[in-house]
Amino acid sequence: MVKTVVSVGLPVDERLQIRKQVIEPEGYDGKGKRICIVTGTHGDELEGQYVCYELGRRVREQPECLRGSVEIYPSLNPLGMDSITRGIPMFDLDMNRIFPGSEEGPVPEYVASRIIKDIEGADLCIDIHASNIFLREIPQVRMSEMTAQNLLPFARRLNIDYVWVHGAATVLEATLAHSLNTIGVPTLVVEMGVGMRITTEYGCQLVDGIFCVMKDMGIWTGETIEPKKPIISTDGQVGFVNANHSGIFIPQVDHWDSIHQGEVIGEILNPLEGKVEEVLHAPCDGMVFTLREYPIVNSGSLIARVLGGDYH
Amino acid sequence: MRKEIIYQMGNTYRDDLNVYGYYFGKGEKSACIVGAMRGNEVQQMYVCSQLVKTLKRLEERGAFVSGNEVLVIPSVNHSSMNIGKRFWAVDNTDINRMFPGYDQGETTQRIAAGVFDVVQHYSYGIQFPSFYMPGDFIPHVRMMETGFQNPSLANLFGLPYVVIRKPKPVDTTTLNYNWQIWDTSAFSIYTNATDRIDEASAKQAVASVLRFLVRMGILRYTSHSGYIATVLHEEDLRNVKSDAAGICRRLAEPGEEVQRGDVLAEVLDPLEGEVISRILSPAGGILFFAHNGPLVMEGTIVFKIIKRLHQ
Repeated sequence: MVKTVVSVGLPVDERLQIRKQVIEPEGYDGKGKRICIVTGTHGDELEGQYVCYELGRRVREQPECLRGSVEIYPSLNPLGMDSITRGIPMFDLDMNRIFPGSEEGPVPEYVASRIIKDIEGADLCIDIHASNIFLREIPQVRMSEMTAQNLLPFARRLNIDYVWVHGAATVLEATLAHSLNTIGVPTLVVEMGVGMRITTEYGCQLVDGIFCVMKDMGIWTGETIEPKKPIISTDGQVGFVNANHSGIFIPQVDHWDSIHQGEVIGEILNPLEGKVEEVLHAPCDGMVFTLREYPIVNSGSLIARVLGGDYH
Repeated sequence: MRKEIIYQMGNTYRDDLNVYGYYFGKGEKSACIVGAMRGNEVQQMYVCSQLVKTLKRLEERGAFVSGNEVLVIPSVNHSSMNIGKRFWAVDNTDINRMFPGYDQGETTQRIAAGVFDVVQHYSYGIQFPSFYMPGDFIPHVRMMETGFQNPSLANLFGLPYVVIRKPKPVDTTTLNYNWQIWDTSAFSIYTNATDRIDEASAKQAVASVLRFLVRMGILRYTSHSGYIATVLHEEDLRNVKSDAAGICRRLAEPGEEVQRGDVLAEVLDPLEGEVISRILSPAGGILFFAHNGPLVMEGTIVFKIIKRLHQ
């Protein structure tokens, strides 16, 4: 059943509407657990769209296996998604920096507050992101140190490849995940793929994992896979490679490749002068879990993140 | 006056970004003034350009008290201004959400770090930022309640209002917040324009900075005393929202005193022209902010009123 989470009139003959699909067993008594899958906070991140479709399809295929409530929110920023806009159109705001929002505040904050109110009380929320248009990510869950104890048991079962436990940053307190974790809804942030594209194999991998978690929670009784064991790391194990010149970046490694310290990750080229501006090297032995996708770079552009260790 | 490139970023397809600083006087780092950090902050750049012009003449006349250095940075992000974008041209990130910056980090973190390195350690930091909602304010000084704020100093600008608000998590990466954390008394000055030039409020802003510099013993100059500011807390402002979407016809201006029940604006059906809603004042007071776009969404904050204040 499609429900409207929040609806706001737009100036000319249209409404901004955030909708969710609620799938429950026939004659559901409401006593089961509730999982929310949310995505589309950033209008240029599309990987979660396929996850929403595939999750809904598989649940409907075996309705007899459902014992709880599955709520799918494909787009928290529908205007952004429709207009290939990362932020909220008209406000040029990053929607993931305005939570928990405010009922009395400006429209974006009002919308944010309604989203929080709607998800409140869920037993688990999975917030799916897709990096941005510049970087490609392997399927991973990110969480702050403060939430790791609570969230790691879920993340280990989500069939993702990597869990990055990062330090807390005050600015991240304005994210959807932080707000939900604060009010007692365990919320996992998934990052995978790249902006403006859909990688169906990543989507299927995550959906397999969501079923594993739903089975653990007693929401699903159907067959599930044995999920992958993710690599779990902290900030200290992650090496960053940033450009120091502008130009076009041509990679010499593949995403997810193992690499040795000092090995060439790629070059920044100057198309006008026909010369190499910079050769970028791996900062440590490890695995390239983030790799630049968009070729044009400035000084500072993130090129790669390398997870230190031996992953051959 | 000494003009220096305080930060430079190379580019392959365009000219380099050169961020210029204008130094006046010599001695202790007394005051730093930063203008446009975003590409649409034309008024903020204009105010700083007028300050550069004025301070240059005052310095030539020997008006700087010895032992004081003042730095003015009129524009940080003209790469975006030149192509009509508000945020960083490549990745749409906001430099004023990247402080204190990181010189080994991403592009806008590097710009923020480069700028912060130069603007740090001044006694007073004055920024001309803009608000993310389109609208007109009464000119005012804004401060964040970091525990280091000093409203009595903010009063010395002689603007009609000083607004104090509690910082949100997202504010912790602004220049103003980081100035305060690193021991600079920081003030944000809002004039009533952003992407257009409003001469009257620009003049008022220039005068307010000169007044502040005089009162802090940095400049010898005779200026009007200005206002004794009314100090407000953000929560003293009452939001007035539109209950309908459509074309907004504003009937009241910022600074006006209004009574409870006054019609502040009308919302028209955008296709048929009929008035579909009247926005009434929920309280008596002075209008502090007014939405200035022709269209409103349902729930748009059209006005902010300072409750129970009279002219």
